[in-house]
Amino acid sequence: MQWMTVISIWMIPFIICGILLYGTYKKIPTYETFVEGGKEGIQMSFAIIPYLVGMLVAISVFRASGALEFFVQFLRPFLEFLHVPAEIVPLAIIRPISGTAALGMTSDLIAVYGPDSFIGRLAATIQGSTDTTFYVLTVYFGAVGIKKMGDALKVGLLADLVGLIAAIVVVTFVFGVK
Amino acid sequence: MINYIWVGMTLIGVIFAMVNGTMDAVNEALFKGAKEGVTLSLGLMSILVFWLGLMKIAQDSGLLDKLSALFRPIIKKLFPEVPANHPAMGYILSNMMANFFGLGNAATPLGIKAMEQLKNLNGDKNTASRSMITFLAINTSSITLVPTTVIAIRMTYNSASPTDIVFPTIIATAISAVGAILIDRYFYRKRVRNGRR
Repeated sequence: MQWMTVISIWMIPFIICGILLYGTYKKIPTYETFVEGGKEGIQMSFAIIPYLVGMLVAISVFRASGALEFFVQFLRPFLEFLHVPAEIVPLAIIRPISGTAALGMTSDLIAVYGPDSFIGRLAATIQGSTDTTFYVLTVYFGAVGIKKMGDALKVGLLADLVGLIAAIVVVTFVFGVK
Repeated sequence: MINYIWVGMTLIGVIFAMVNGTMDAVNEALFKGAKEGVTLSLGLMSILVFWLGLMKIAQDSGLLDKLSALFRPIIKKLFPEVPANHPAMGYILSNMMANFFGLGNAATPLGIKAMEQLKNLNGDKNTASRSMITFLAINTSSITLVPTTVIAIRMTYNSASPTDIVFPTIIATAISAVGAILIDRYFYRKRVRNGRR
């Protein structure tokens, strides 16, 4: 699956060129606009510090105490049969519930198993390809005062499950099980 | 909910440490975890600044609007109850574009605007309409072109090629989006069969 990796690596530089060319063509002050937009990134990364510190402390304690391994070992025989690493299960459970908790877990998995390991790549793909269903539901419906959500939660969670399975299949297919 | 999860993980961890005799490791983990939280946030800064700066160019030059016009016909099919010229359509499209390019912060207010309009279309009832559920389904499957945060984390931990997960992520996200739409349709048909909408 070498070509997929090639696309992955070529894509971002291409998008960047496209945006810069279009901006120049439309006579936008590209550099000034870039600086202006970039300022928001500084605020965002400072704002995220307390969330990540809180989550990473909790996750690190949970892992270091042996509690994580204790719960994961029950799932291992069943999941190993499906070639799915049991280590990924906590992330899969937390992903629809809390974005920052999932972000913390993803970085924890990447730190522990390495960014280029199967688990590391799988965590990265799951984090990137699904969203925090509960959050989206609460914020969007809450903001406009929807009380009866109908099938929304069911649909959202089932879609997450599809995304999870898709991530596992695609990562296995592209990078192989290691 | 998140409060319970957070407290739960920490408490269970400490109780486990008492039983397992891993209190040393827990102490180390406390401070290492906190430090990692800061390192990681600062690691995210580089990519966030660059990407948001670039996206501002895409926004101001009208590139995002142009792309959203491209998607309009597909979205029209997904929301048969929304008239083509209704403002809801515009908000839905801008929200999707923002998500598509990883502008989560910009996407949320647009999504709320879209919801307001959809509620309006539904006669201001406090029940979720068909279009609202479809919109949520698409939103939660989050179609992303460049998973910037994930790339930043992989960079922080010295990946040999931090961006090599980009294409797999796009495929996974596309499958989950199609899945979301199909699941949504299935539940809609079921509602119609049961005589409630």
